[in-house]
Amino acid sequence: MIASVLAAGSRLICGASVRWHCDPFATTQRIYYGNHSSHLDFVMIWSALPPRLRRSARPVAGRDYWARGAMRRYLAGRVFHAVLIDRGQAGTDHAEASARAAIEQMAREMGDEYSLIVFPEGTRNSNGAVGPFKSGLFHLSRLRPDVELVPVYLENLNRILPKGESLPVPMMSRVIFGPAFAGGSDDKAAFLQHARDALMQLKDS
Amino acid sequence: MGVFQDRALVALVGGVLALLVVGSIVGWLLGRRITSGPGRATVDNINARIRAWWMMALIFVVAVAAGRVVSILLFSVISFLALREFVTLAPTRPGDHRALFWSFFIVTPLQYYLVWIQWYGLFSILIPVWMSILLATRTTLAGDTEHFLERTAITQWGLMICVYFLSHVPALLMLRIPGYENQNAKLMFFLVLVVQLSDVLQYVWGKSIGRRPVAPAISPNKTWEGLIGGVGSATLIGAALWWATPFAPHEAGLLALVVTTMGFAGGLIMSAIKRDRGVKDYGAFIEGHGGMLDRIDSLCFAAPVFFHVTRFFYAP
Repeated sequence: MIASVLAAGSRLICGASVRWHCDPFATTQRIYYGNHSSHLDFVMIWSALPPRLRRSARPVAGRDYWARGAMRRYLAGRVFHAVLIDRGQAGTDHAEASARAAIEQMAREMGDEYSLIVFPEGTRNSNGAVGPFKSGLFHLSRLRPDVELVPVYLENLNRILPKGESLPVPMMSRVIFGPAFAGGSDDKAAFLQHARDALMQLKDS
Repeated sequence: MGVFQDRALVALVGGVLALLVVGSIVGWLLGRRITSGPGRATVDNINARIRAWWMMALIFVVAVAAGRVVSILLFSVISFLALREFVTLAPTRPGDHRALFWSFFIVTPLQYYLVWIQWYGLFSILIPVWMSILLATRTTLAGDTEHFLERTAITQWGLMICVYFLSHVPALLMLRIPGYENQNAKLMFFLVLVVQLSDVLQYVWGKSIGRRPVAPAISPNKTWEGLIGGVGSATLIGAALWWATPFAPHEAGLLALVVTTMGFAGGLIMSAIKRDRGVKDYGAFIEGHGGMLDRIDSLCFAAPVFFHVTRFFYAP
């Protein structure tokens, strides 16, 4: 109930039009990955999914943010069924180990029924441009080569709720799901380039 | 006096419904006649427009019949949606965020609240005076000077066109015209009907005999033939509807001429803005019509002129 109200509300505020270049109702496991510019990003991908699939699509989010406060804990745990990961401090020895642990945790928590919603840039870009992909998506796909990937281009959300703002300006936005492709490549650079290109192609589609 | 006791209003509503029935029948016949070729796309577009007209006319009629508050609410929602389309297409930056948030959630409701409580003094200066200063101040405080003049103009123009101008439609309900008390809903009906009919007639005249564009660099579809034919016939219709207004027939015709000319100018201005942004329509909100703003651009520019001319000459 709360989930569908939240999904409808987000689509309404963000005036979202949704476009699919792959089968929206496929029940195969998927990794949805999108460009990241706003706190609304994962909510919008999640809201744009058909209700039946929404229950099995789990956004990946930082534990440091989502485990703080009862409201966020409730939303992350009971509504979005988020996979909460620990984000290490970049540049420390600890960082690499915790990143690897996070990827392994994502692959594990997918099990044989869940899809994931991830943002391979790792951080929000405030100007709406798409930054370089970090290697997390590659490692995740190598751990789960059986799972297909779906690029999701999000347009205008950085203007609706920019970094550092807490109230949205209700402009219109677009959520474009690209064609699904198989994962599990061994060439890291080529895989990340291909994944980013597949996302960028959606921009004008 | 109840709305349905007003014979003139019932006649107006009946006329609109009759027009839509005729339109639907013509559209259906065209659809059977023309089944292929480039004409088919035009016919499909016409039929989509007629279906949308049914929807819009029904919403408008129900709102007018339901009374002042519902009419004001309807136009505030239209303003909100139009402003949303406008701002989506205009290039703003993060420094505009707070001013835009205020525009949507404070300025727009406040403007229509003033229509509701009939505070004419503040209604007429809230956006052009107070908000032009306050919102520009808020944007200044964000500290981003890049394209500052353009960005503040976007916020200001958006509010003026989508909210301030449009709010003059329900504001007609606050005019006190001697001998026409409690009948202002018909004035609102008259304005919307004449302006929208002028749009339709310009489209029809332009499609059938349009040759010479008025401003080819801005809109090749707006021709002198469409303008003169559309405005001319809408003027005649306006004059013929004098019985629903406080005006004499020639006055009603003259007012119809003024508002349809303003409406044409508004359509041209909005086309210029769309062209500047490199788009054809403001949105895809209404099937066959593009967005909300594409449908109401003429009305936005006609409403304040109609309001003030009527106020000046008829509401002392």
